[in-house]
Amino acid sequence: MHSWLLIAVMAFTTILIRFMPFLLFKKKVPETIRYLGNALPYCAMAMLVVYCLKEVRFDSLAGFLPELIATVIVVLSYKWKHSAALSILLGTIIYMFLIQRIFV
Amino acid sequence: MQKETREAFKDSLTIFPGYLVLGIGFGVLMDAKGFSFLHSAAMSLFIYAGSMQYTGVDLLSSSASLLTAFLMTVMVNIRHLFYGIGMLKEFSELKKHRCYDIFALTDETFSILCSKDLSGCDADVYCFCLSLFNHIWWISGSLIGALLGDILPFDYRGIEFSMTALFIVIVLSQNESNKDHLIVMLSFAITIFCLLVFGKERFLIWSMLLIAAMLFILRRIRRNNDA
Repeated sequence: MHSWLLIAVMAFTTILIRFMPFLLFKKKVPETIRYLGNALPYCAMAMLVVYCLKEVRFDSLAGFLPELIATVIVVLSYKWKHSAALSILLGTIIYMFLIQRIFV
Repeated sequence: MQKETREAFKDSLTIFPGYLVLGIGFGVLMDAKGFSFLHSAAMSLFIYAGSMQYTGVDLLSSSASLLTAFLMTVMVNIRHLFYGIGMLKEFSELKKHRCYDIFALTDETFSILCSKDLSGCDADVYCFCLSLFNHIWWISGSLIGALLGDILPFDYRGIEFSMTALFIVIVLSQNESNKDHLIVMLSFAITIFCLLVFGKERFLIWSMLLIAAMLFILRRIRRNNDA
């Protein structure tokens, strides 16, 4: 039961956040908000990349090399082919291989 | 089929593989933690936010408090405020399905809408179809993952990297259209700094505050330089 309550809270909060700008700025958008609105999507994604990599540890090779290698592969493959799907697939498969077979 | 529906379907296909992989990853993870496919389906239907749902797996399996779930959702999803702000103008012109379009405004749907010129076509139909197709890909992925996780003994360890890869790809693609690389670099630096100083439980909220402060300081400096 608690798990359903948790899901309800997450869903409700997400919906609230998504509707908030449209409820708050029905008519005129303040200049400050427009400035933030332009800049923050870029900043937020940088923040989320760090958030995803927060479990990285530097006390052993296995703590950071799989992430490092997979990240480099995602970046290089994206620069090469410009395909989000390919880079995500490739990076994930290599990461899974590394942590399951190499750095066990 | 209407022209806008076809166009939306075509554009949603660029999201399809990513959502399928991420959705499957989510479903498999949920299944591995012992939650039924109904949990996965409900989350993909009603939350419909990739990073939040992955975070949600942790919250569910650790049986977190409702307050923790609320705060975590705010921290992970607060960036959607800015997507909404970015779409205020476009969505104000929608007449039908506006509520659904707002509800379904994910990172990926937002990024497509950002790069789309909707003048001269039925924006109502296009936005609704794009959001709906993407939502369907996401739910399908989660269901496949949740149900196949039962049948196939598949070693899922590491599949969560698909989320990391997605965000890296978004940063890279944003950096090709965005000329202001400085704010991205500073955001990386600030978040890493906060992670080291405040620890992984509390660094997101501090990062957001400092990033907002950085943006305002930067604007002031640039204005002074221009003047």
